[in-house]
Parts: sequence; structure tokens; C-alpha cells
Amino acid sequence: MQPLLNLKSQPSEGIQNQQNLALKMNIQNLSVYYGKFRALKEINLRIYANKITAIIGPSGCGKSTLLRSFNRMNDLTPSAHVDGEILLDGENLNTAGADIVDVRRRIGMVFQRPNPFPKSIYDNVTYGPRLYGIRKKSDLDEIVEKSLKQAALWDEVKDKLNQSGLSISGGQQQRLCIARALAVEPEVILMDEPASALDPISTLRIEELMQEIVKDYTIIIVTHNMQQAARVSNFTAMMMINDERAGTLVEFDDTHVIFTNPKDKRTEDYVTGRFG
Amino acid sequence: MNTSKYMSGNRQVRRKFINTFMLTMTIVSTVIVVIPLLWILGYVTQQGLPAINLAFFTELPTPVGVTGGGVLNAIIGSLMTVGLGACIAAPIGILAGFYAAANPNTTLGLLIRFGTDVISGVPSIVMGIFAYTIIVLPQRHFSAYSGGIVLSFIMLPIIVRTTEEMLKLVPDTLREASLALGAAEWKTSLSVVLPAAFNGVLTGLMLAIARAAGEAAPMLFTAFGNPFMNTDFNQPVSTLPHMIYVYAVSPYADWHAKAWATALLLIVLVFISNILARLTVWWRVRQLGSVTR
Repeated sequence: MQPLLNLKSQPSEGIQNQQNLALKMNIQNLSVYYGKFRALKEINLRIYANKITAIIGPSGCGKSTLLRSFNRMNDLTPSAHVDGEILLDGENLNTAGADIVDVRRRIGMVFQRPNPFPKSIYDNVTYGPRLYGIRKKSDLDEIVEKSLKQAALWDEVKDKLNQSGLSISGGQQQRLCIARALAVEPEVILMDEPASALDPISTLRIEELMQEIVKDYTIIIVTHNMQQAARVSNFTAMMMINDERAGTLVEFDDTHVIFTNPKDKRTEDYVTGRFG
Repeated sequence: MNTSKYMSGNRQVRRKFINTFMLTMTIVSTVIVVIPLLWILGYVTQQGLPAINLAFFTELPTPVGVTGGGVLNAIIGSLMTVGLGACIAAPIGILAGFYAAANPNTTLGLLIRFGTDVISGVPSIVMGIFAYTIIVLPQRHFSAYSGGIVLSFIMLPIIVRTTEEMLKLVPDTLREASLALGAAEWKTSLSVVLPAAFNGVLTGLMLAIARAAGEAAPMLFTAFGNPFMNTDFNQPVSTLPHMIYVYAVSPYADWHAKAWATALLLIVLVFISNILARLTVWWRVRQLGSVTR
């Protein structure tokens, strides 16, 4: 049980007491439907700039659905329909007129399983920048080096940039995917259980990396691993399914509060391992 | 050891016996499959090799009784018809395969899968008669391109189905990774999904080409055959399988030998193109890695 107390945020903070928080995203009344089924019900959530926000909750409570609505990935599911506002720096992304390409450039994503393209390490990182018209070799070289350094992978792969992105280890592949996401200089990075397919050491490296890059980015991470949420995040959103089987937000607060002094009984039961 | 009444020694002996028996059966069956393959290959080589010489590749057929001569016209004719067929069928088949993989449950998606299944079951001679009726009859003459078109009919279902199956093997997460970077669907399909499935698609293409290269029946009604050299798509040409047919049904021993030699040449050509495809696949997997395996 000890890692639960190994918290990042300081005691006594609490979300109301914190000053100097810049709002990056503001989710208002977000509901997601698959056909007639309502998968998420009226989620309200504030995401603060240059902080790590964890979304936790039992399986099937809609954590990934919520995350995927932030960069409009739910658009890919034909029956999905998203209601409500997703404000990024005050601008609503959930409108028919929003430029999805621009949304996805500003909000990058890292997936559960490492999914490098079957291309060279170099081409994996430059895939995004090339989409946005960057063609000059020297610019691309610079982006590759910068992104791989940010993802703490440069030293390991700098001599084999032309090798396949699939030829490196799983943990390295996941860092490559992070570098690929960073290469288009997003503002927000969504991570959908980024370490669940990795061994403990690779997991630790990803977590350290998150602490490092959060200075320049805003990170939202979905995780099943409560200790991971406790270790890395500043804020935690607790989700759960209601009686209509729709995912709802139970509680959102400073991570320290969620793990030591939650207001909601269900949060307490979940973080202490009584269910889930 | 096990002393339980359920796990007595008797059962263990029985289990081991069945295991050994089944393993032996798989080996026996494999040998039964391999024997005719090698036999055919060996027999064709043995019969065909003596008639193969340089002239066989560089000269036109000679009349009965005149020794020498070759099948250059048929080599060119086969290249023309199969090449044209592949040029028509590959792009259409691959794009249709994309559609079928992306929209499996739409009316058109179901239609294309049902359609390709039915077409691949239609005897090729029926295809030949069909092409004869709609192309050759209105034109009033046989032609290389009618042969190419009928071969494209034969290749299409194979290409569509293998492309579809191979695209389905590409993990969805790979598509999502590209889309999440802001790439459009078409861009994702073209620069991520297709390259990931390329090896399988290429294999399907080679299968289709090998199948088409060996078709004699539809050629009787379309490319027709031509003892002279012809490179005009609007004129009849001879093809290797058709040449085999003509030589084999003749009563002359010299022509029989040439039929075997032509058969050997056809097998070798298909074999070489397969080797080239496999080398490409091997090289790509080494360079880029494989997500489908």
C-alpha cells in the first residue's frame, strides 16, 4: 500500500486553495452517445495548463471515450455523437466548423499499445511534420533530434534512425510514439494507458518522461493503475458508471485529496481497492 | 508418479499412442501432398529440358517438319496479355479491396465480397466466351487486348479478396495513430495502411498473375493465337498456355517435345516472378519491420 502515499502534490493543497492555475481546457456538459446509448453523461472537467491530469475509474466507465472526444477521435466511430463543449483556450472544438486536422495537431495522442508505423524511426517522427508541409531536410533533422531528445530516446537510437521503428523494444517504441506526437508541437497530449503494455522499468521511464515534458505541455492520462495516477498526476478525475450505465464524473480534485481525503464514498472505495 | 485411479498408466499409454499416431498422420499427409508436386515438376523438367535451347527463346515457331524454331511469339504474347490484365486489375482490385475492408457491412461492401466469391468460382472458359461475345464479336477480330481484359476478370477477384484480407490484418491502432496526428483518411490509407499491408497485397498480386499466366481456355476465344510475331494489341497473339495446348494436341513428336518445353518455361517464369516477390517482401520486412507478420 505504501506507494499510495508517495504523492506528487503537497498535502493541504486541494484544488480550491491553489493559485496560479491556468485553465487549458474546459469540458462543459459533455455527453457521448453511441447510437441511442448514452456512454458519457454530462461531464464537466477543467484541465490546467502544464499539469498532469489523471482520469481513473473502473473498467468500462468511459475513461477512454472521454479522452478520445478531446481530439475528436470519436468522430471515427460512425454511430458516435458528442454533445457539449470542449473548450481549448476558450475555443470550442466540438463544433461542425472546427478544423479537425488543427484540433489533432494541437492535441496529440499516445495509445495503449506502442504503435509505431512500419517505417524507419526517422520517418515515424517526421510523419506529422511532413503532413503540415515541412519538407526541408535540415528542418526535419532538427525536429527529429529535438523530439527524440524530449522523449528521452535520442541517445538510444541516434545511430540507427534509418532502422525500422518496430525493431526497437516495446518501451522504446512507446517513447518513439511520444516523440512522434511531440514532433508536431501539440499543446495537449492525451495518453490512453500509455504504460499498460510495458514492463515496470519502461513504465518508470515513461513516467519520468511525463514529469519532464509537462513543463512544456499539458498532459491528460487515462490509467487503470491507481499508483501510477498517484505517482505522476497533479489532478485526478474519478469516473464511474451510473445506474443508466453511462459514465459520469464522480469527483475531480487535487490528486492528493483524491487519494487521501476524497469527498465521495465511491472514490474512497475505489482508491482503497475495495472494488474495481 | 500418478496413483489416482483416473490417471492410471493405461490412460497415459493411450494418450501417448494417440499423440504419436496423429503426428505420424500429419507427416504422411504432407508427404502425400509433396509427392505429386515434385513428380509433376520433375516430369515436366525431364520432358521439356531437351527441347530448350537458345532458339527456343529467340525464334518463331516453324512449320511441321522443319526442325528448330521457338516460342518467342508466345512469350511476347503472354507478357502482353498478362501485363495488360495486371495493369487493369491491380489498381482497380486494390482500391476495391480498400473499399471492402473499410465498409464490410454496407450494401456495396457485401456485394463486392459476394461478387468476387462468385466470379472466382466461374470457369475461365465461361469468361472467355463472355469476352468473346462482348469484345471480339463487335470488333469482328481477335486481339491481344481482349485477352488482357479477360485475364483481368480472372485476376480481379483474387486481388480484391487478398487486398481486403491483408488490410484487415493491419491493426486499427496504426490507422488511429496516423489520424490522431491530423492525417486525412486517404493519406492514412495511402501512406500507412497500404505500406503496412504491402507484402500481403503483393503476394496476392503474384498469385493472380500466376493464375492468369496459366490460363489457356479463355485465350482460345480472345487472343486466339498467332504463329507470327505480333506486338499490336489490336491483333491476335499467341500465349504460352495456348501454345502448350496447340502443340500438345498435335500428332507430331517434335511438337510434343515443344509443348513440354513451353510448360517448363511457363512454370519457370511463374517461379521466378514469385521469387522476386518474395525477395521484395523479405527485403521490406528487414528494412521496415512487419506489423502483420
